[in-house]
Amino acid sequence: MSEVATNQTILVAGGGISGMTAALEAAECGKEVVLVEKRAALGGRVSQLYKYFPKMCRPHCGQEINQRRIRANRRLRVLTLAEITKLRGAPGDYTATIKIAPRHVNSNCTACGDCASAVSAEIDSPHDYGMRKVKAAYLPHNLAWPQRYVIDASIAGGEQGAAARDACRYGAVDLDMREETIELKCGAVIFATGWRPYDAAKIQPYGYARYDNVVTSVEFERMLDPYGPTGGKLLRPSDGAEAKDVAFVQCAGSRDRNHLAHCSRVCCMASLKQSMYVGECYGEDARATIYYIDIRGIDRFEDFERQVRADERVRFVKSKVARIEQNADGSPVLHGVDTHGARRYANTHDLAVLAVGMQPSVDANEVFEEGATSVDASGFIQARDGENGNDGVFAAGCAADALDVNRSVQSATAAALRAIQVVNRAARA
Amino acid sequence: MTQQAETAEPKIAAYLCAGCGLGERLDLERLAKVAAEAGAGAVEQHEMLCGEDGVARIRGGIQDGATHLVLGACSRRAKTGAFNFADDGAAVARVNLREGVIWTQPEDAGETTQEMADDYLRMGCAEAKFMRAPRAIAADERGANKRILVVGGGVSGMTAALEAARAGYEVLLVEKSGALGGWAKSLHRRLPRRAPFSAPAENDTAELCAAVEHEKNITVFLNAHIARTSGAPGRFSADIAQGENTRTENIGAIVQASGFRRYDASQLPEFAYGKTPDVVDQMELEALARAADENGAPIARPSDGKAVQSVVFVQCAGQRSEKPGHLPYCSGCCCGVSIKQAMYFKMRDSEADANIIYTDLRAPGNGEDFYRAAQEMGVVFTNGAVERVEAGTNGAQLAVHFRDHVLDEDAVARADLVVLATGQVANSGVDISAVEKNEDGEKEKNGNGKDESAEKKPAQVSVPVESILQLDYRQGPDLPHLKHGFSDSHFICFPYETRRTGIYACGPPRRPMDMHQAMEDATGAALKAIQAVENAGLGRAAHPRAGDLSFPSFRRDGCTQCKRCTVECPFGAIDQDAEGYPQFNESRCRRCGTCMGACPVRVISFENYSVDTVGQQIKAIDMPDEFDEKPRILVLACENDAYPALDMAAHNRIHYNAFVRVIPIRCLGSVNAIWVTDALNAGFDGIMLLGCKKGDDYQCHFVTGAALAHERMGKIDDTLNQLQLEPERVRAFEVEITDIARVPQLINDYAAKIDEIGMNPFKGF
Repeated sequence: MSEVATNQTILVAGGGISGMTAALEAAECGKEVVLVEKRAALGGRVSQLYKYFPKMCRPHCGQEINQRRIRANRRLRVLTLAEITKLRGAPGDYTATIKIAPRHVNSNCTACGDCASAVSAEIDSPHDYGMRKVKAAYLPHNLAWPQRYVIDASIAGGEQGAAARDACRYGAVDLDMREETIELKCGAVIFATGWRPYDAAKIQPYGYARYDNVVTSVEFERMLDPYGPTGGKLLRPSDGAEAKDVAFVQCAGSRDRNHLAHCSRVCCMASLKQSMYVGECYGEDARATIYYIDIRGIDRFEDFERQVRADERVRFVKSKVARIEQNADGSPVLHGVDTHGARRYANTHDLAVLAVGMQPSVDANEVFEEGATSVDASGFIQARDGENGNDGVFAAGCAADALDVNRSVQSATAAALRAIQVVNRAARA
Repeated sequence: MTQQAETAEPKIAAYLCAGCGLGERLDLERLAKVAAEAGAGAVEQHEMLCGEDGVARIRGGIQDGATHLVLGACSRRAKTGAFNFADDGAAVARVNLREGVIWTQPEDAGETTQEMADDYLRMGCAEAKFMRAPRAIAADERGANKRILVVGGGVSGMTAALEAARAGYEVLLVEKSGALGGWAKSLHRRLPRRAPFSAPAENDTAELCAAVEHEKNITVFLNAHIARTSGAPGRFSADIAQGENTRTENIGAIVQASGFRRYDASQLPEFAYGKTPDVVDQMELEALARAADENGAPIARPSDGKAVQSVVFVQCAGQRSEKPGHLPYCSGCCCGVSIKQAMYFKMRDSEADANIIYTDLRAPGNGEDFYRAAQEMGVVFTNGAVERVEAGTNGAQLAVHFRDHVLDEDAVARADLVVLATGQVANSGVDISAVEKNEDGEKEKNGNGKDESAEKKPAQVSVPVESILQLDYRQGPDLPHLKHGFSDSHFICFPYETRRTGIYACGPPRRPMDMHQAMEDATGAALKAIQAVENAGLGRAAHPRAGDLSFPSFRRDGCTQCKRCTVECPFGAIDQDAEGYPQFNESRCRRCGTCMGACPVRVISFENYSVDTVGQQIKAIDMPDEFDEKPRILVLACENDAYPALDMAAHNRIHYNAFVRVIPIRCLGSVNAIWVTDALNAGFDGIMLLGCKKGDDYQCHFVTGAALAHERMGKIDDTLNQLQLEPERVRAFEVEITDIARVPQLINDYAAKIDEIGMNPFKGF
């Protein structure tokens, strides 16, 4: 890999939808691209979603298309379990240090699953935010690409690892794999490192760390997946009872100077969407209440907001929830003041979903050489206005701003062109 | 393009993999015989075909003269790196014995499992026999023009032009007015783009204009419009009209940056717009602020020139409303603009009153900082809905009557000036579906089906529109509209998906947006335009079959000029020539095969996907006789969603009926009725068509393919009638890629249904 990358190579950090898009759009313009993904499979957070707003369609349909585009494109190479740890150099001439964690499975893997059958040890499923256990020899998820198993580091050195190795008839399990560090030359870099959910435990009054029936919006997505922790059933974590009456708490961490100062943009739409999930599970018995400051169903999303508002099973309360308590049967009780009419409430629900904010998942300042780029107060990478309108490092998707999928893909497509400008200049020089 | 006769007889080599349990579960010797009988000149078995050694053996076969490979191993979606022989020039048929057979059949099934494998291998050999490795069209038939035409000289268009030029591409920029800059050039200040998001930013549009004017790769045409556009990516031709003169320019791709129109505020008499000059819209307020700045004076009230001491902003004026004449959507940027404009007053005079009356304040992302900064400056934000504005007489203040949502009561705010935050209306040209309906006096002709025409209520805002692009396409002069007049993509994952290959809309024609977003969007659109010219130059398809070299060829002598292909192509790729024959524009084509499915006389095909490559597979399936009690069910599965769902079912070892034979297809739209007729005549007991969702929220990757297939079902019903067969014998289903358990269940349920109605009486004839 390091031999083939040149100063005309575009390096993309992050294999979620933004990174896949940036990498593909550049590669489909004929550029050499290396895509580096920290997880064992591509797809990022989008692959952990149940459905998209506003079409209520599955993210995996587009993921399959993108993965097929990747499989068909020889200009695009993918490194998984890999992270850029350091970047130095200048536009048209960067050197990236990349740390690659051991998968303990090589390219011989046929995804037959014999290793998983041979292993009994379990780990928290990374794909399910640890909400369920999976075998320590696993395919990250149904649509995982590369279609290749992972032997978790926790078993690699022991008997279980040996069992996996012995079960494999293709010599695919390699327990001697070690973490390696490589250096890669490249001309431009796109940071599509995405977002992570704000740590809900930090919002102390909401009791996420204390109450089982207070969950985050990202965990809620996993609950709907038929291959997720609850088999697609909407059940309370505390007692497995049906969660028919669900509260959605907006701005959990966002628009709050004690937590995230910015608005995370997607959470309103996500909660509108998730309120529909409740209806999908429980039909006429479903009840959803959205506690909000402002519903931000921006631009054409208005149609979707109108559709949800027309649903009698969904109630809107304009209020920043003050605190959540738990009653005797474990139900969350939400306290606050309804801004419309200034009335106090104490509402009991089966389950409370915190619409947690988005924050950039990588601290760009740690990766870049000083001055290579700049971040704003929220940690998002800012566009640089250097010579010819840009420098050589660009952010795409949620590394640049709190964005929904559609806007992330736009951002990634734009970033691909800016990177192409740099490598084209390098080529002409 | 005419079909070229294949000169050399295909030389087929079959390779059977024994790995992943195939060797244990299947009789490979028997399979080897099946392959030989089906025309394979050489058959080899291998313990692990995808391994280095296996792949080397296959390459050896190619060196020995094999032109067509049949790989009996895993799904075509697995091991794609190992089994890629495109550079070797070989045509490859993947026979899915692993996911398609042993992983979806119980271990103890024995005979039926082997029969399934036998059939799939026969099918693979038949497919191989009738396919050719795709070759790009000849270089001299491709369009090689790499210039980019940008229509619109506002911020979006200038950005698209500049970004493309900076990547080294030549750009023609056409602007209808006499100057670059669009709406943006008349703004006083703009929304901040960079931290600290605490005050309005300088309007740097003039710098952008200057950069465009100085860029050597950009040629600007002012006072110009597009009089006609023809051609295809890589070889578009555009007539640029400037006054009396029209010049024809050759270009490779187009960015449509035609901007927006201001919503006509005179449609809001309840807000006194037009009754008093002291009610203005946001653009008019910008002009007042600029004038004040130039005069070094406070912002003056239009009626009497008095310095404005109090201003009320009415958010969502004529927007987010279902009233006739209002915009049903939110324009996305007016909250930010009102915050900025309120700051104009507070930053000049902290004593001035600025009150923003809103229902939902929408300042996403770092807009929150900007919102907070305004609050700190003393801008008042009132949660409520404005009902009416009354003009004062003799210099009195205006009265803004609103429902205060916090106090839950009616209230009045008085102000010297009222600013209406009205929205953006897309300047996206002619609504071609509406035009078609009007002209023909009938429903949608472009195959969108009934669902979409029902959705297309008359545009809520009716503004006279002229065509932006003047395309001479068979299907109309502009990009199709999606909703509310916007020319957006329907796909969340693929915002630049366009229904006119090589033409990309950006900025407010796609959806309402602010300048910052429009600039980002324009940059993305410029990339897609560049990609379109690069792909066209290499003869490769654009998204979603990116890189596909196959293209439809057409046999002229059989064509009856029925025009169905030209009408049904979801991408408007096919025109008519002077004699009424279809004229394929290969680089507009997306290789979905909808034309092939549409053609009643079967004269359209691709090298590696044709009426024969699928039809011969159907014929290759061994048909047990009526008394064997082994029905056969044909499943035509969309390769994008249904087929991956079946693969994933296999990975989860979910079993399904052993009597089905699955053939992946590019799109349900490519299903030619002859496959169904032939299958019924051959004795198939049932046929399942598995495609994507159709209708308003369609998931079909080729837009209308799934809907067309359902429409064509009507004709298939006629066929069933003629054959006196039950209608259940052919069924279409909508499935999603995540229907991992559901698709096998659908298959099993359908098989049970076929059991119920009994065998096809045509068996054995």
